[in-house]
Amino acid sequence: MQRSYEVMFIVRPDLLEEDVDKLIATLQGHATNAGATVEKAEKMGKRRLAYDVKKFSDGQYVLFVMKADGKAIHELERRMRVSEPVIKFITVRTDEEHQRLGKIRKIRESRVKRPPAGTAPAEAESPAVNA
Amino acid sequence: MPDETTQETSTPTPAPRPQGGREGGRPDGPRGERGPGGRDGGRKFFRRKKVCKFCVEKIDDINYKDVRLLGQFVAERGKIVPRRLTGVCTPHQRRLTTAIKRARNIALLPFAAR
Repeated sequence: MQRSYEVMFIVRPDLLEEDVDKLIATLQGHATNAGATVEKAEKMGKRRLAYDVKKFSDGQYVLFVMKADGKAIHELERRMRVSEPVIKFITVRTDEEHQRLGKIRKIRESRVKRPPAGTAPAEAESPAVNA
Repeated sequence: MPDETTQETSTPTPAPRPQGGREGGRPDGPRGERGPGGRDGGRKFFRRKKVCKFCVEKIDDINYKDVRLLGQFVAERGKIVPRRLTGVCTPHQRRLTTAIKRARNIALLPFAAR
């Protein structure tokens, strides 16, 4: 079962730019090998951490947006736990949230459309409004 | 409205009696100040009605990555500010809470700021 996930992880701050790129590439490779498709791999830059993690007060944030099944996520999380430069990670399942947002957007669009749509096709509602 | 409040404060001694008779919980004055006065007569000063920020600005997606937004609903010590203070509606507060908790887990927000 393929679901959409967001995986955000923090890389230690003293890692060089090219090493971060390399790390992202290897993790992406592991993910795709496990059956996931990485749709977006975004470096969100260096940020001050809200609290110390493994004695680091800074961190480089990386975000993966991917379609994967549970096994692939499990494998990726295992890899990240093992890999030393990754100091923290979080996986968030987003498919239900996307669904909900899509629904809201549709409702909102239909609400915006209704005033002109009510006047154009002669429905039961438009005469009532006029009268 | 402001005129009413000033009148009430100017006559403090006779006012508590009839209210005390009507509502049993009147003697605890300080508690009445914190929440909305219950009865409109018991309200000490005028307070604007709070509205849910997410409903007003039509923010559908309360994302854990949006630290700027979440930061507005976190107290100085890192606590989540209760609904009664911020005016956020229940469904949005629920989403806000999970978003803040996620943000804490990835060190975007503190669990406890010193």
